[in-house]
Amino acid sequence: MDFKLTAEQEMLRKTVQEFAAKEVAPTAAQRDEDEQFSRDIYNKVGALGLTGIPFPEEYGGAGWDNLTYIIAVEELSRACASTGITFSASISLAAWPILAYGTPEQKKQFLTPLADGSKLGAFGLTESGAGTDAAAQQTIATADGDNYILNGVKTFITNGGEAEIYVIMAMTDRSKGTRGISAFIVEKDTPGFTFGAVERKMGIRASATQELIFRDCRIPKTNLLGREGDGFKIAMATLDGGRIGVAAQALGIAQRALDEAVKYAKERRQFGKPISSFQGISFMLADMATQVEAARLLTYRAAYQKDQGQPYSKEAAMAKMFASDAAMQVTTNAVQVFGGYGYSREYPVERLMRDAKITQIYEGTNQVQQMVVSAAILR
Amino acid sequence: MKIVVCVKQVPDTTEVKIDPKTNTLMRQGVPSIVNPHDKHALEMALSLRDQLGGSVTVLSMGPMQSQEALRECLAMGADHAVLLSDRAFGGADTLATSYTLAAGIRKIGEFDLIICGKQAIDGDTAQVGPEMAEHLGIPHITYASQVEAGADGAPVRVHRDGEEGTEILEVKLPVLLTVTHYGDGPRLPVVKGIRRAFRAEVDVWSVNDVEVDRNVLGLKGSPTQVRRIFSPDKRCGCEMIPGDACAAASVVATKLRELRIIGVGS
Repeated sequence: MDFKLTAEQEMLRKTVQEFAAKEVAPTAAQRDEDEQFSRDIYNKVGALGLTGIPFPEEYGGAGWDNLTYIIAVEELSRACASTGITFSASISLAAWPILAYGTPEQKKQFLTPLADGSKLGAFGLTESGAGTDAAAQQTIATADGDNYILNGVKTFITNGGEAEIYVIMAMTDRSKGTRGISAFIVEKDTPGFTFGAVERKMGIRASATQELIFRDCRIPKTNLLGREGDGFKIAMATLDGGRIGVAAQALGIAQRALDEAVKYAKERRQFGKPISSFQGISFMLADMATQVEAARLLTYRAAYQKDQGQPYSKEAAMAKMFASDAAMQVTTNAVQVFGGYGYSREYPVERLMRDAKITQIYEGTNQVQQMVVSAAILR
Repeated sequence: MKIVVCVKQVPDTTEVKIDPKTNTLMRQGVPSIVNPHDKHALEMALSLRDQLGGSVTVLSMGPMQSQEALRECLAMGADHAVLLSDRAFGGADTLATSYTLAAGIRKIGEFDLIICGKQAIDGDTAQVGPEMAEHLGIPHITYASQVEAGADGAPVRVHRDGEEGTEILEVKLPVLLTVTHYGDGPRLPVVKGIRRAFRAEVDVWSVNDVEVDRNVLGLKGSPTQVRRIFSPDKRCGCEMIPGDACAAASVVATKLRELRIIGVGS
C-alpha cells in the first residue's frame, strides 16, 4: 500500500496552491461580503488547465484522473470555497455526465468547451418540491417532432445564470416514476429558458445560485442525454461523483481552518504565553488535525476507486458525510480557538464556518448519505 | 532564437534554519526549489521564444535529484532539459562549476543567448554566469531586465537595471545575460505543461559526455576552499533621539552623513 501522490500530482498541487494564493485568496473575503461571483477567476482556472484534468485529450482535456482533479478542488476550496464549488459543479455535475452518457457529437459540442474552461456548466435536478425526494420531479419534457418542449422550475442551481451549459432532469413519462425521468442538455439563451430568483445564502456567497425557469423551452432531440428514461440513473451516478467533489471542498475548508487556527494559536499570547502552550487549545488542534487527515484519506480513496473503475458510490457517500461533518467541527473549533476575534468578520474563520455548513446539505444531505451507506452495507 | 537557461536546484532558504552550534545549514525536511532568480531567467527566455520562435534548453549541474528542478522548467514550457551529473563534478566552486556548465553548453551546440539568474540564493556569489561567459569567450551583461530583439542576426538591446537608473546597451549575439527580475515574474506551469514535463526526457550527461580537462573539475578544480562558516554577531544598538520631528530628522541626517550612509550633498 502506498499513500504517496506522484511527483506529477505534487507539482499540480503546488501549482494550484500558488495560483490560488495569487489569484483567488486575496479577493475571497470581499467577494463573500459582496456576494460577487467572479467569471474572471473561473476563466483563469480554465486557462491554467484545471477544468480539463479528468477528461480525455480528444475533448480538450489533459487525460489525467479524478484523484488529481480532487486535489485541485481541495486546494481551490482552501483559498475560497465558492471557487471550489463553482469548479466542482461544472466538472463533476455537468461535464462528467456528458462524458459518461453523451454521444460523440454531444461530447465534441458540449464537453470540449467545459473541459477547456471556455464555458461553465450546471446541473438541474432539485425543485422546490423535489429535494431529497428527487423522483418528485414536476418539470416535464414533451416530445414534439424533432424537439422536446421543457416546462418547469429548478431551484438552488449552483452556477445558475452564469453557466452556458446545463444538464437538466425532466419527466418524459410521469406514469413510469423514476424511470420516466430523462436528462437533457440545455444551452443558455435558448428561447423559453430564463432565470428567476437569486438565492441569498449563508455561506459560499461568491458562488452563483439561481432558479432556472423553463417555459415552452424548445430543445432539439439531439440534446437528450442517454436514452429516454435514463435521467434518474444518470442523476444518481452524477451525484456519486459530485459527492467526492463536495468532500474535497469540505476537506479544503477544514484544512484552511486548521492552518489558520494553528497559526493564530502560536501567535496569540495570554498569561504571558502563546495560547498553543495550553492543552485546552493544543488538544483541540490535535483533534482537528486528525479529522482533517481522516477526511483526506476517505476522499482520496473514493476518487481512487473511481479511477480504478471500481464501485465508489458507498465510498463517495462516506467521504462526503465524514468530510463535511469534519469541516463543520473543525471550522467551529477554529472560531473557538480565535475566541472573540473568530466571531469577527475581520478574520477568515467565521467565513469558513459559514461555508462549511452547506457541505453537509447539498448533493444529498448527510442523512441521504447515511441511507446510501446503510443500504450498501445491509444489502 | 536558440536560448539556453542555466538553473540550479537550491534549498528553499526561507525554510532553512542554521544550527547555532555547528553553523551549518539544517537541511533535513527543507524542500528543494528552482532558484527563484533562475525562474525569472527562464521566464525571459520563454517570453522571447513565444515572441520570436526558436527553442529554450534548460541546463543544470547537480545530483540526479536536480531532475525535479528541470521537470518544473519543462512544465513551465522549456523545450529541452539537460543535467550534468557525475561524482567528478561534485564539490565544485564557482570556477569549476562555470567551466563544467560551459562544456555542457558547447555540447548543446549552437546558441544565441544564455540566460542565468543573477545569483543562487544558497551561495549568493553571482559569479557563475559571468565566469561562464569568459569560458565561452562571449560578452555578458548582468542584471538585465528586458531584451529587445532586432532583425535576424542584428544586435539586441538589453536594459540593465542599476541602483541609479537603467542602462540600455546594444550587444551582438551570442551574449550571456543574468537576470534579477523579469516582468510580472515567472509563469505558473499549466496542467498540460505538467503532463508533458513528466513524459519528456531529461538528458543526463556524465563526465564522459562532455569535453573537459578532468583536472579542473569538481573539488580538484576549485581554488576556493571553505575553511569555516559562521554567522556574524548581530549587534544592533538603538538610540532614541528626543525632540520634535524636524529637529530629530536633522540629527538623524547628520549621523547618517557621518557614517557615510548618505552623501554629503543629500
